[in-house]
Amino acid sequence: MSSVKFVILYTDVVMWVLLALLALAVRHARVTPSLRSKWARVAANPTAVACAAILAAFLAVALADSVHFRGQVGVAQDGSAVYATATSSLLDAAVGRHVAPRERSYSVPFAIRDFDKTPSIGALKSVREHQRLKGVAQGLTDEEAARRRLQDIALGILCGLAASALGCGALAWLLRREGRSGWRRLFARGNPARPAVLVLLVILAIAGFLAVVWPRWHVFGTDSTGNDVLYSALKSVRTAVVIGSLATLSTLPFAVTLGIAAGYFKGWIDDIVQYVYTTISSIPSVLLIAASVLMIQVFIDKNPLAFETGLERADVRLFCLAVIIGVTGWAGLARLLRAETMKVSAMDFVTAARAFGVPAPAIMLRHILPNVVHIVLIVAVLDFSGIVLYEAVLSYVGVGVDPVTESFGTMINAAASEMSRTPAVWWNLAASFLFMFTLVLSANLFASGVRDAFDPRGGTRR
Amino acid sequence: MIRYLLRRILYGALILAGVNLLTFMLFFAVNTPDDMARLAIGGRHVTAQAIEQWKSAHGYDVPLFYNGAEKGVDTVRKTVFYTRSVPLMRFDFGLSDAGRSINREIIERAGPSLALAVPTFILGLFVMVSFSLLLVMVRRTRLEWWGVSFSVAVMSVSSLFYIILGQWLFAKTLRLVPVSGFMDGWRMAVFLLLPVAIGVFSRLGSDTLLYRALFLEEVGKDYVRTARAKGASEFRVLFVHVLGNAMLPILTSTVSVLPLLFMGSLVMESFFGIPGLGSYTIDAINAQDFSIVRAMVFLGTAAYIAGLILTDIAYTLADPRIRFR
Repeated sequence: MSSVKFVILYTDVVMWVLLALLALAVRHARVTPSLRSKWARVAANPTAVACAAILAAFLAVALADSVHFRGQVGVAQDGSAVYATATSSLLDAAVGRHVAPRERSYSVPFAIRDFDKTPSIGALKSVREHQRLKGVAQGLTDEEAARRRLQDIALGILCGLAASALGCGALAWLLRREGRSGWRRLFARGNPARPAVLVLLVILAIAGFLAVVWPRWHVFGTDSTGNDVLYSALKSVRTAVVIGSLATLSTLPFAVTLGIAAGYFKGWIDDIVQYVYTTISSIPSVLLIAASVLMIQVFIDKNPLAFETGLERADVRLFCLAVIIGVTGWAGLARLLRAETMKVSAMDFVTAARAFGVPAPAIMLRHILPNVVHIVLIVAVLDFSGIVLYEAVLSYVGVGVDPVTESFGTMINAAASEMSRTPAVWWNLAASFLFMFTLVLSANLFASGVRDAFDPRGGTRR
Repeated sequence: MIRYLLRRILYGALILAGVNLLTFMLFFAVNTPDDMARLAIGGRHVTAQAIEQWKSAHGYDVPLFYNGAEKGVDTVRKTVFYTRSVPLMRFDFGLSDAGRSINREIIERAGPSLALAVPTFILGLFVMVSFSLLLVMVRRTRLEWWGVSFSVAVMSVSSLFYIILGQWLFAKTLRLVPVSGFMDGWRMAVFLLLPVAIGVFSRLGSDTLLYRALFLEEVGKDYVRTARAKGASEFRVLFVHVLGNAMLPILTSTVSVLPLLFMGSLVMESFFGIPGLGSYTIDAINAQDFSIVRAMVFLGTAAYIAGLILTDIAYTLADPRIRFR
């Protein structure tokens, strides 16, 4: 009888559209010989393959966090279902219950007791002490809990190794051929997917470890309001992926149409487009974004009834923020596309098309766009990591995501004051650093792999 | 040359006008004068009469763009857009919401801002050009691979991490420099040491890779072979011949970095408590003081355009072949 009511947020739609676009692009690249050979060159680059696997893992987390629903909590008198006010996602359903008991405040990773002393009502008088955590090792003494912690960690490592071995075995079984297992082929030096396989095994090992340890311990400690830090870090992945991809996507319509039109038509159209993007790019982008976000916030504050839940309000802000970053940041790509279009449109096949009387829009779409699309791809992949980093700065300035949205920016901001405490609260910073660095580094390395394959001469280096 | 410069300056003025219109629309389309009045009066005192009073007191009792009630030039002059924009073009920013002159604040705060930004910029340029030239010098060796990997890793970390960790390590744990603050005179060097170092380091990765790509392109050219044939040492080839020839593209890319420098010091100033324009802007954003934000947008744009024109002049100095129509 327990039903759920699905909630579709704007950014959820974005994520699934993004997935569909990716699938379409992969299909297109498979059937187009020229693209196939270029992607084969990317696939021959072990670093790029490993990074693609890591990015895919992050994308999977983000997608799991992009299916939102409200669980049923009961039945109203007229028989209709009553749904919870809190919206949760698939990711929450998968891991959220492990971390449900909220602590009072900070606790060190794998801690048994609070980080700070708080007053507790003793038998005779109130004492200030490091109280026991609520969700960890209940009913055990400190010594027992410490022993249990060691046992759990050991068990977790074993489970991680077992998960990794199982995954390895499953892959070998899938790759078997004529009765021989696929071990050799899986780890052969010539296998282009070997780095991805290794990444997968590492991820499986981490997942196996967490499956045992995370339900019982706060692996990355808890933050100032007692929330599990690892959980916030996982939730931040979605925010980062949404901002990075949506902002990159929203630069494309302006940059592609205006850039190509300016390069193809030249003359007064070129003058106007150049004027527009020079104007936009000469405003320091952080200020332009700040101004736009302030305006959006004014709009949201003025229409509080337009949103059913706090999550929806935060989501609209996230959506708008990403679009604003994109709309204010298309100048660089437009400039590159304009220059490249000028080169391409001077070539013979364009002249021939013009002589045959092909209308200008068709020439731009069919003859010019395919010849400049590699620039779009490279710049889009390069921009992604930059925007993920940018989000943190914007959050610090106060024009980032809504304060209730988990993001790397909000985590780092909290960490700024936590590090100045004595002793320092370091785990919030460590967790956000670890996740963000992995995400951005793999995006950067993947981007450079793509660039080396698609643009060996380096025309898109900025 | 003079004519070219004049044309560039005119184009700059045109862009400033465009920026002005854009920010005006951003700030006034969503947040109408009525809303501003309601916000400023606040709470229970909001009446139609009070709003009218506030608007006439602050000069908002005229239409936004076109005043049909007036005649001739006044249809344009007696509008909110005209009264709010034209003083901006004269660099007269008016009063902040707190009632203080924005111009005076800017003049007071420009000093500390420059004291942070200029050393970061110059030292950064020097460090990154030398580092990338060294990388080119050891090209196709294991050392280069490590250098490039290091740059990519440095590039993949948010600058906020560098600031937080730097403050924690050098100021809080080792107690080498003060955590934050500012002081006039020579004592300010103590306060600026850490922010400048962090500012340089956080841009090390991306800029090094950029300059390295530029230098690698130059190294393949004929004049380099000639220089080697003359018997010039590799060091001399790179630091004299290649550097001289790569000056132009470096100049171009540095100007595109200037707005980033502005943003960088925005965060840096607010973390290190330096009373400059950046922290002023952040405070204004948090207090939702639109007149200050708008003034800063205008100022930042003007600085950028001035930078562009200066690059054009620098072009002619760096490369005598370039002559402008």
